[in-house]
Amino acid sequence: MNVISLVLQAGLRDLSRNRWIVAYALCFFAIAEGLFWFGGTGPQVLLSLLNLVLLVLPLVALVFGTIHVYSSREFVELLLAQPVPRRELFVGIYLGLALPLAGAFIVGAGVPFAIHAGAGASAGGVVALLGAGVGLSLAFAAIATWIALHTDDRLKGVGLALGVWLATTVVYDGLVLGAAAAFGNYPLERPLLALMLTNPVDVARVLVLTQLDVSALMGYTGALFQHTFGTSLGIGVAAAALLSWWVLPLGLAGRRFLRRDF
Amino acid sequence: MRALLLTLACVTLAARDAGATDLVVGRGGAYTTITAALDAAKPGDRVVVRAGTYREPTLVIRTPRLTFEGEGWPVLDGDAKREVLVIAADDVTVRGIVAINTGISNLEDRAGIRARDVRNCVIEGNRLRKNLWGIYLQRSVDCVVRDNDITAEGVRQTESGNGIHLWYSPGARVERNRVSGHRDGIYFEFSSHGETRDNVSERSQRYGLHFMFSDSCNYERNTFRENNSGVAVMYSRGVRIADNRFERSWGSAAYGLLLKDIMGGEISGNTFDRNSTGLFVEGSSRLSVRGNVFTQNGWAAKVLADADDNTFTANRFSGNAFDVTTNSRSANSSFDGNWWDEYNGYDLNRDGVGDTAFHPVRLFAMVVEQHPAALLLLRSPLVSILDAAERVLPVLTPEALVDRRPLMRPPQ
Repeated sequence: MNVISLVLQAGLRDLSRNRWIVAYALCFFAIAEGLFWFGGTGPQVLLSLLNLVLLVLPLVALVFGTIHVYSSREFVELLLAQPVPRRELFVGIYLGLALPLAGAFIVGAGVPFAIHAGAGASAGGVVALLGAGVGLSLAFAAIATWIALHTDDRLKGVGLALGVWLATTVVYDGLVLGAAAAFGNYPLERPLLALMLTNPVDVARVLVLTQLDVSALMGYTGALFQHTFGTSLGIGVAAAALLSWWVLPLGLAGRRFLRRDF
Repeated sequence: MRALLLTLACVTLAARDAGATDLVVGRGGAYTTITAALDAAKPGDRVVVRAGTYREPTLVIRTPRLTFEGEGWPVLDGDAKREVLVIAADDVTVRGIVAINTGISNLEDRAGIRARDVRNCVIEGNRLRKNLWGIYLQRSVDCVVRDNDITAEGVRQTESGNGIHLWYSPGARVERNRVSGHRDGIYFEFSSHGETRDNVSERSQRYGLHFMFSDSCNYERNTFRENNSGVAVMYSRGVRIADNRFERSWGSAAYGLLLKDIMGGEISGNTFDRNSTGLFVEGSSRLSVRGNVFTQNGWAAKVLADADDNTFTANRFSGNAFDVTTNSRSANSSFDGNWWDEYNGYDLNRDGVGDTAFHPVRLFAMVVEQHPAALLLLRSPLVSILDAAERVLPVLTPEALVDRRPLMRPPQ
C-alpha cells in the first residue's frame, strides 16, 4: 500500500504541476458558471453540461490519459529498477491519472451548482450528471492506460485513443440509429436497451436522461426505457455496466503491465 | 276580467311564497325522514336536513323552487344499491349535503346528485364520495354546479362514471369544483354554451376534462393535473380554452390537451407543464393558439398533417425534449412570433425579432415519429449533429413549419 500512495503522490504532484488539468477544471467551471450567468436555469445548464460530459470528457480522458502514461514511462522504468511490486506500481499510476481527472470534473462542474444551490435543477439530475462524469472519467482513464501500455508507438497510441473516442461518442450511436431505422418493423425496444449498455457513453447518457427527460420518456417506447432504467434496479444495472467498462480495461491494462518487458 | 284573474293568481302565488316554510328533518325537526319532508313541501319551501346519516329510497325532488339544504353535513347514503338524490323540478337549489355510496351498476347510471329534465337548478357546496357518477345533468338547461367537492376511488374505467357529467344540458355553469378519482373529471356531451371556470380536476382514470359535440363553450382558469389520459376535447365548434393549467399527464396515450376535430377556437394563456405530450392537434382547423407556455414536456406540440389553418403566436417553448412534431412533410400550420429556448439566432436591428428563421421540428423528432425505438438516442451527440445539419439544409422536416419571426425574449 505504501508504494501505491507514494506513486500516487508522485503522480498527483506531477499532474497538479500540469496546467492542463487545472485548465480542464476551470473550463468546466467557466462554462457552467457562464451558462448560469447568462440566465440559464438549472435544467438548461444540466443539459448543456451533459453534452460536454458526453463529448469532451471522454476526449480529454483518452488523449490526455494516453499522453500522460507515455510521459511517465521513464519514471516507471526508474521505479521498476527498485524492489517494488509491479501491481502496486500500476495501481498508483492509474489512480494518479484517474483521480485528478474525476476530481477536476467534480470540482469544475459541481461547484457552480453548489453556488447557485441547484437553480431549479433536481438533486437527482445533478447527482446523475456528476456520477456519470466520474464513471466516464474512470472508465476512459482505464482505456487510455490500456492503450498506452499496449502500443509503444506514441503516435499510434494517440491515434487509437481518438479512434475509440469517435467510435464510442458518434459512430456507435449512428449504427444504433441505422439499426433502429432498418429493423423498424420489429419490436426493437429490448435489443436497443441491451445495445445501450454496451457503450459507456450511452450508459452515462441514459443514466442522466432518466433523471432529466422524464416527461418524454413516459411516452411511447420511453415508458419501457423509464421502467427499465428509472427504477433502482435499472440504475443498478446501468451502473454495473459502467463499472464493467472501468474494471475490464483496467484488468487488461494491469495484466499487460505485469507481464510486459520494459 | 282575464287580467283580474291573472293578478289574483299572482297575488295568491306571491302569498304562498311569502308563507314559505322551513321543513326540518332530523334532530329537533318535525320530520324524521327526508322522504316525508319532500312529500309535504310546497313550491318555494326550504327543506333543512340536520346532521346525521339517512338511508332512504332514492330521494326525488318534485316541488319547484324548493331549496334543499344540509346543516352540519348530513350524510345521504345510497347503501351501494341506488341513486341518492334526483332533482325533477325547475328552480331547485341543493346545497350542503354529503351524497355517498351509490355502488357500482352496469345497468343503470347511478349518480350522487342527478338533475333530470329541469331548468335553472343550482347544485352548490356539496360533497360527493364513492359514487359511480358524481353530479349528472340530464337534459337540464341553465343549471349551476359550483363549489362541490367530488371524489371517488374507482379502480377500473369500466366500473366508474364521471365526476360532473352533462348530457344535452346547454347553458351550464360549472365553477370552482374539485373532482378526483372518477373516470372523466368533467364531461360535456351535446351541451353547448357552457362556462367552466376555476375547477380542479385531477387523478381521473381517463380524462380530466372531456367534451364532445359541445359548441361555443368556454373553459377558463381550470387546473387539470395527473389525469391518466390528460384532457380530450372533440367534435366541437367555437370553443375557448384560456388560462388553464395542464400538468403531468404521463403515458404513451396521455395528452395535456388533445384537440380532435375542433373547428374554430381559441387556445390562449394556458400552461402545459411536464406532460408526455403537451398539446395534440388532430383534424382541427382555424384554431388560434396564442400566448401559451410549454415547459418541460416530452413533446410540447404535436400537430398532425390533417390539421390546417391553425396559427401559433406568442407562445413560449422552454425545456421540452421536442418542441414541435408532426407526421408528414406536408403539415402546414403556421408559427409566427413565438419564443423558443433552442433558438440561437441574432437580432441586428434590435426590434426584438430574430433575423433568421427557426425550424421547430427537429430531424430527430421526425425519426422518432417513424421509428419510436430511436427515442433511446435522445440527447446523443450524434443526434445534435444531425439536427444541426438538418437545420442548415432542411431535407426531411416540413418546410411549412417554420417560425420566420422568432422572438428574442419570452413574451410576458
